[in-house]
Amino acid sequence: MSELIVDAVLPAVRKRSAFVAFNMRLIQEKPLGAVGGGVFLLFMFCGIFANFLAPFEMNYTDLTQRLQPPSWAFPFGTDHLGRDVLSRVLIGAQISMIVSFLAAGLATVISIVVGVTSGYFGGKPDMVIQRGVDAWMTFPDLVLLIVVVSIVGPGIPQIVVVLGLLYGIAGSRIVRGAVVTVKENMYTHASLSIGAPTFHVMRKHVLPNIMPVVIVLFTTRIGAVILAEAGLSFLGLGVPPPAPTWGSMLSGTGRTYMYLGPWLALAPGLCITAVVYAVNIYGDALRDLLDPRMRGSQ
Amino acid sequence: MSSDTLLDIEHLSVSFRTDRGKVRAVSDLSLSLKRGETLAIVGESGSGKSVTALSILRLLGDNGVIDHGRVVFEGRNLLSLSTDEIRRIRGDRIAMIFQEPMSSLNPVLTIGKQVAEPICLHRDKNWDEAFEIAVELLTKVAIPDAKERLDDYPHHFSGGMRQRVMIAMALACEPRLIIADEPTTALDVTVQAQILALLNELTEQSQTALILITHDLGVVARYADRVAVMYGGRIVETADAKELYANPQHPYTVGLMASIPGIEGDAGARLITIDGQPPDLADLPSGCAFATRCQHAHDACRTSIPALDPVEQNPSHRSACFGYPL
Repeated sequence: MSELIVDAVLPAVRKRSAFVAFNMRLIQEKPLGAVGGGVFLLFMFCGIFANFLAPFEMNYTDLTQRLQPPSWAFPFGTDHLGRDVLSRVLIGAQISMIVSFLAAGLATVISIVVGVTSGYFGGKPDMVIQRGVDAWMTFPDLVLLIVVVSIVGPGIPQIVVVLGLLYGIAGSRIVRGAVVTVKENMYTHASLSIGAPTFHVMRKHVLPNIMPVVIVLFTTRIGAVILAEAGLSFLGLGVPPPAPTWGSMLSGTGRTYMYLGPWLALAPGLCITAVVYAVNIYGDALRDLLDPRMRGSQ
Repeated sequence: MSSDTLLDIEHLSVSFRTDRGKVRAVSDLSLSLKRGETLAIVGESGSGKSVTALSILRLLGDNGVIDHGRVVFEGRNLLSLSTDEIRRIRGDRIAMIFQEPMSSLNPVLTIGKQVAEPICLHRDKNWDEAFEIAVELLTKVAIPDAKERLDDYPHHFSGGMRQRVMIAMALACEPRLIIADEPTTALDVTVQAQILALLNELTEQSQTALILITHDLGVVARYADRVAVMYGGRIVETADAKELYANPQHPYTVGLMASIPGIEGDAGARLITIDGQPPDLADLPSGCAFATRCQHAHDACRTSIPALDPVEQNPSHRSACFGYPL
């Protein structure tokens, strides 16, 4: 079985059949994780094609249709301005997807750069970098976010950079741990003994071997970023209105009209829950299948 | 240093920084190797043989320090080269084979890539040309259908085949010296013999010098031209392989020879062993390291370290022993 993992994920999905085989294995061995992956794919599909899928323009207001409960015309109902909640949730998915992929991507890159450097060189550089990471992690995330957003103002780029830095530096610990293990393997010494330069060893021998960790880190970060962005928007520090993010829909109309129109809070709330839950179980399943310690254990 | 000397190690001392302070792993070690020669370094665990090998390529790791000495290879002192210069020698002029074929190959890279890698690193060749050479090399080390197996991963290969792949990698750039650090330890006995025969054949063909690190005296007898016996971080005896077998001088070598079970002995006879434990390198005795286990030891052995002197006026056979008391 172990050849499937290696073939499928590591040489950048070079072998298509192995990629298919890996997904078959995911479905067979981790059905719940496969469902999570499916929901995650659906989320991405909605995000990418939100503009085509949305039945109404997101800010189209029709005051004659205020606070309509879900019906065939408005599957998720309408809000206090008569805007279609389904359309707004779809556009919200797009914003969530953009923010989460950019921030989780940035976080992963930062984690790799910091973690591989720290773990590979060890000794004094490792000591200095890790104490820096320690210091960084003593800042409460939310306070840092609030301070930065109140200085530079809300907006997607700010959120991406701040969340990317926050999760990236924290995640570098996990990458570093993996690198320290891989570095002690004989093949790293062997690659040095054939005269490979340091950067070559890091890129060709260390990095591919920590990819399982990196992939899992990326997926779990997606969920975390979606939650963090929703939290920020809830506090009014996220993506500024009128862009309909899930967090701001919850905190704005959702909270105000909770009794008159519970669907206003339920739609974005369920979306957040479903996507974050799906991403997390998908990430867990990937970790179980990709973790080197689990290899060959079945 | 004569012109056919390939490698000359002079007064090499290596130590490791540990929690218990500096531990000397190799002390004042000198040896030389001619072109095309096979030298076996024999000794028990912790005698410093692997450390000696790793010092040649400066692969000791972060806590290993070369205290003094010179390692002269083709007229250049490897210990004074820059990191970039030593990197260009590794894998090109001097190659290394490690003792664990199961873990020496990167599990996520194809066999072809790994064999072609040294060629790409040291020769001005692109991947396609390097792959062609890799096929030749794999054929040379008797991997069947080498071309089809380039895209295989290490887990598709057995231990013996992986060690063949390691040999192919070592041969890739036609090095002048191969250092094989217990290349057969993790393999089945029958596979061990095949691997050693292959290594011997290929190094002989290409006139490559070989340093064979082992604790198996049977291997030494069959393949080595010369032998250096190490104990407690020092060479205690060195001689041509035949001479060493015929006429071992140092009590440790004599003990090692005696402890090989012979095929003619009584079936019920107890194996002969050397009493005691190998010395603790952090706390070596002040005299000969073997003195505590040597039945011939006398006062001089416990106070001063014997020099590696020629035996019976034979300059190629040297033994570090004060001699048995008369």
